[in-house]
Amino acid sequence: MCLSVPARIISIDGDMADVSAGGAIFRAGLQMIDNPREGDYVLLHAGFAIMKISEKEALETLRLLQEMRDSLE
Amino acid sequence: MNGVFMKYIDEYRDSKLIETLARSIKSAAEGLYTFMEVCGGHTAAIHRFGIRDILPQNIRLISGPGCPVCVTGKDFIDRAIAMSGIDNCIMATYGDLMRVPGSLFSLEKANASGADIRVVFSALEALDLAERFPERKIIFLGIGFETTAPGTAVALCKAEEKNIRNFFVLSAHKLMPPAMEAIIKDGTGINGFICPGHVATITGSSAFEFISGRYGTACVVTGFEPVDILQSVLMLVNQVNAGMPAVEIQYTRAVTIHGNLRARKYLGQVFEPGDAIWRGLGIVPESGLVLRDRYGRFDASSVFPLSVVTKDDDGKCICGDILRGLRTPSDCTLFGKVCIPSDPVGACMVSDEGACNIFYRYGKHE
Amino acid sequence: MNEFVTINHGSGGRQAQELIKKVFADRFMMEEPLTDSAFISAHNSGTAFTTDSYVIDPIFFPGGNIGKLAVCGTVNDLAVSGADPAFISASFIIEEGFPVDELEIIAASMADEALNAGVRIITGDTKVVGKGKCDRLFITTSGIGYLKEGRIFLGRGELVKPSDKLIINGPLGNHSVAVLGARTHAPFSTSVVSDCSCLNHMIKRVLDNTKSVRFMRDITRGGLAAVANELCHITGLGVSVIEEAVPVDEPVRGICEVFGFDPLNMANEGKILMVVGPEESQEVLRIMHSDPAGKEAAMIGEVLEENQKVVVMNTRAGGRRIIDLPSGAQLPRIC
Repeated sequence: MCLSVPARIISIDGDMADVSAGGAIFRAGLQMIDNPREGDYVLLHAGFAIMKISEKEALETLRLLQEMRDSLE
Repeated sequence: MNGVFMKYIDEYRDSKLIETLARSIKSAAEGLYTFMEVCGGHTAAIHRFGIRDILPQNIRLISGPGCPVCVTGKDFIDRAIAMSGIDNCIMATYGDLMRVPGSLFSLEKANASGADIRVVFSALEALDLAERFPERKIIFLGIGFETTAPGTAVALCKAEEKNIRNFFVLSAHKLMPPAMEAIIKDGTGINGFICPGHVATITGSSAFEFISGRYGTACVVTGFEPVDILQSVLMLVNQVNAGMPAVEIQYTRAVTIHGNLRARKYLGQVFEPGDAIWRGLGIVPESGLVLRDRYGRFDASSVFPLSVVTKDDDGKCICGDILRGLRTPSDCTLFGKVCIPSDPVGACMVSDEGACNIFYRYGKHE
Repeated sequence: MNEFVTINHGSGGRQAQELIKKVFADRFMMEEPLTDSAFISAHNSGTAFTTDSYVIDPIFFPGGNIGKLAVCGTVNDLAVSGADPAFISASFIIEEGFPVDELEIIAASMADEALNAGVRIITGDTKVVGKGKCDRLFITTSGIGYLKEGRIFLGRGELVKPSDKLIINGPLGNHSVAVLGARTHAPFSTSVVSDCSCLNHMIKRVLDNTKSVRFMRDITRGGLAAVANELCHITGLGVSVIEEAVPVDEPVRGICEVFGFDPLNMANEGKILMVVGPEESQEVLRIMHSDPAGKEAAMIGEVLEENQKVVVMNTRAGGRRIIDLPSGAQLPRIC
């Protein structure tokens, strides 16, 4: 339920995909993803992509934290 | 570990950001705080990264239920072992369940004694076994919460589509929010929850709104890297300080308010809520997932009815109280003497995420 | 010769003799006539002696096979004691129906590794068992090595002191991952190759050119966690490991993250832990870096002052955790 790892979609065939986590290729079911595309990052859990990772939100989180760091110095 | 950069992981392990958050938490945390993480993955991450060393002494982190292995009753293991003895059965299970003790033995021991029990990584792998071995009965053990159950649902939909006749699921899938409610409704002095980030990708953060709304407990939906956990602790401290409990999302890169509708559609099609037994919490109403009638022919519990006698705990095992955050492993008379990782009594010791297992491996020397 | 090994090949008759000669004895350059015992002339130095069995599945994997594993494993066990490996024995238990050409590939690998390592396979045995009585092929090797003048037997750890440095010769977990990925129906694919290799030349160069190697051990099953805990146990001292200093290749990291494995618990077949006096740790690293088996050697920790008998890891987050002995094989988790 918890162990999910960000993985990049390498290739799609039908409702399955090859995804790469750190260079190891896993098979993942895409049934739960809207409009999956090659190059998208998804959370891989128990052989399924359970969510797309939002690059925008990821960068925003890091930006906020960096701001926090800058304000402390 | 020193290795090439892994995107969306390593940025959230950055030591400078960790240090920044540690300092911010220290200055914001004026009173005493007790936060509970309910997800086995959070328990594991907190120990793996040594988060408790980084937090100030006035913040206490305790572990609740959330390791699906820990809360799986002994009766489920007993039933699974009994089913694995069925003629021509291949039992497929996630690795987590192999060493959980039943009344007499574990799946691992049953496998060593001749049952055909195989570890799979995915429900689709189990379905694939059914296609490869049409003469065998494949029984898949469905454990896990809202993060994992949709995968089982997808496999069952495919089984129905392809008219597969030899695939069965024994479901012990559970829902997280009802269990969280069961913990706080009797009052435990928890100021806030570190909410399970991956469950929330499916349910959406809205599933936890009743916790802050009805019970006034702070909630932050959290990711699994050290930066995520620390940022959440800071957000929880701020909520508690302001006296304004709410449900906030820290893990914004994966969690939204509404969650994954496609996944929930699969869940709704295949499963319906039913009462479930949680080890340590007893029966929690509407907290388990049961196969709908439409999928009855895939339901192992009705296709293979077995009467199973489950040995009662002597009462010495206090896993239940530990799961509710009421007692700690060192309070248990069995801990470290009779109950150890290589020979566990309760599930809190079996799972790598179990509070007792972690305390034994990491905490006893501290 | 038959394509497949049969029970007759184990029965001592002409077929057996042909198999032994063509597949093994000629390749291993064993002296004729083949005798019941091999003769080794007297040697006036300490002798190290080791034995191991190999039952790996699958027997062929990226980076090697069961035969290569056997020779490297035995050579390394001798080398980490401080000995120069010299002679090896090899026994084969073969399941009826095993393809002879695969046996030849395995024997050729063993001959190659032995040649590269500078050891000789001088005696052996073959048995054939009925179908299902063994999992394709089991190999047992024993080995003899000599500790030359001035060399200390390094297995016991009595020289280890606080502040000594821990050095490993490269990234962890490659062998485990290569083997997992090679199993049929493995849930992932990877280009990771086993690190299976003989390390005696690298070790000899370190021992010939430095004076303060205190302890060495082969990092095999149970991984670095097992070896570090053994070190604590036999010396009574504590050990600390720096998470950021431990090399792990990217695909191995990926697999560990996905399955919930700890690289510290994973098996290797070409990695050693060396405990070295702090004054020579840089020199040891320099020597290792110039050897193909040590290009990514790294200093990953040190022996502690406190007599705590535990392995502590300093995490990259700035916290600490205890690294315990792994309790059983790692199984892929979802939670």
